Amino acid sequence: MTTTRDTAMEPRPHAAPPLPEDDPAWHALADGRLPAAQAAALRQQLEGNEAARDAIAHWQQGRDQLQSLHQDLLHAAVPDALLAAALRAAGHQERQARWWRWGGMAASVLLAFVLGWAGRGQWTGGPAPGHRRLEGDAAALLAAAPVQRFAQQAAVAHAVYQPEVRHPVEVTASQQEHLVQWLSKRLGKPLKVPVLVPQGYELVGGRLLPGDTGARAQFMYQNAAGQRITLYLGALAPTSATALSGHGAPPHENPAATASAAAFQFTQEGPVPGFYWTEGSFGYALSGQLSRAELLALATAVYQQLQF
Amino acid sequence: MNRTQVVEQLPGLRRYARVLTGDAWAADDLVQDTLERACGKWLLWRTGSDLRAWLFTLMHNLYLNQRRAMPALAPLDIEDVRDQLPGAPVPSDDALDLERCLQRLPADQRAVLLLVAMEDMSYEDTARILAIPVGTVMSRLSRARARLRVLMERTSAPAPSPSPATAAAAPKPQPQPAALRRLK
Repeated sequence: MTTTRDTAMEPRPHAAPPLPEDDPAWHALADGRLPAAQAAALRQQLEGNEAARDAIAHWQQGRDQLQSLHQDLLHAAVPDALLAAALRAAGHQERQARWWRWGGMAASVLLAFVLGWAGRGQWTGGPAPGHRRLEGDAAALLAAAPVQRFAQQAAVAHAVYQPEVRHPVEVTASQQEHLVQWLSKRLGKPLKVPVLVPQGYELVGGRLLPGDTGARAQFMYQNAAGQRITLYLGALAPTSATALSGHGAPPHENPAATASAAAFQFTQEGPVPGFYWTEGSFGYALSGQLSRAELLALATAVYQQLQF
Repeated sequence: MNRTQVVEQLPGLRRYARVLTGDAWAADDLVQDTLERACGKWLLWRTGSDLRAWLFTLMHNLYLNQRRAMPALAPLDIEDVRDQLPGAPVPSDDALDLERCLQRLPADQRAVLLLVAMEDMSYEDTARILAIPVGTVMSRLSRARARLRVLMERTSAPAPSPSPATAAAAPKPQPQPAALRRLK
């Protein structure tokens, strides 16, 4: 065994030197990877093999030495930069996991639509008696669905942007005038940013988002504790959006129509709870990791301010 | 997953990176890079699987890539030039010797040895982390241990008379019992 060591010292690190005639089982013994019975048997077998026993003892000693290296780091304070990086990584994981769940849900919805569409194509050949009625049901479902979808999208948008540290919004509250002009233009409706300072929430800013039927807007607020809530708004259907009376018309023109439509709905199905309501063909959703009562109070404040 | 799970891995990652790279700054850089890499790779992590092993995998990929990217920066080993140095090498303790010898192992052998012996990982986990077969783990482990032993014996050979014993007659270091005992 001693003679093979000479070649192990060759300066070429990647040229495999001839191995000392050891055995993987010896390493497994030194590393404590053998079941007790097997280990005992091997020890007995190596009773007369001085070189093997010497090597194994040496490796075990090496393990102890290696394990004692830089033990201090296991108890030392971790630098802030690394801590921040770890939190960032964990945040990414949480967000990605959330997207994964939602993506899966979206995929199954899409699959359902595709299947429905394919089925529809097949059925057109032979008009079944119940066909028309089925289609009518589907239409009714679809008609009801946009509001729920809207609420879901609001919740997802909240979940996506709420944890953002560097870019929570596209336009910050310091440029509020520009923010309102810009989003009003993109959403085709004069918007107003509700003030939630009495409730303890300052405006952070806003961003433009894509929705099912066009542009949507998100306003973000934050309280002193760093808790964030988002107000998500946009048209629910493209056709009625163009027919919307609010396009430049005085907002008090349709209070009667909205009073009935503005029933608050609470939802907990998304990543965060929220209240949503519609007004004309416009939808609003207020999302945040808050209690139902707190959210309701905030939603009420938002609703009242948007009336005038 | 909750955030503390990742934070809890930090001390272990730092220690491992410290011994792997042999340098405190490089180690924390490597950990930082690993965490940043994790951000974009979470989809490849199966929720509930071994977070530590997965982070080690990322770290190794980065480490080996970095080493491949800058072979020109391979540090000059003091052992190779110590006979040409004016002064005697600084008196070193056993841990320093060991760290220096570890750095003289080829990176892939060092990785196997550290995962198995320092981190006490199973051969299977080590194979998974390094994306190599278990057989390769065993052969690298064997080579790493043999080589480390030689290096350590050479390092702890009596320092006052280095030239004849370690430089001139380097290829033939008689494993003196005295040298072996110093390792303990």
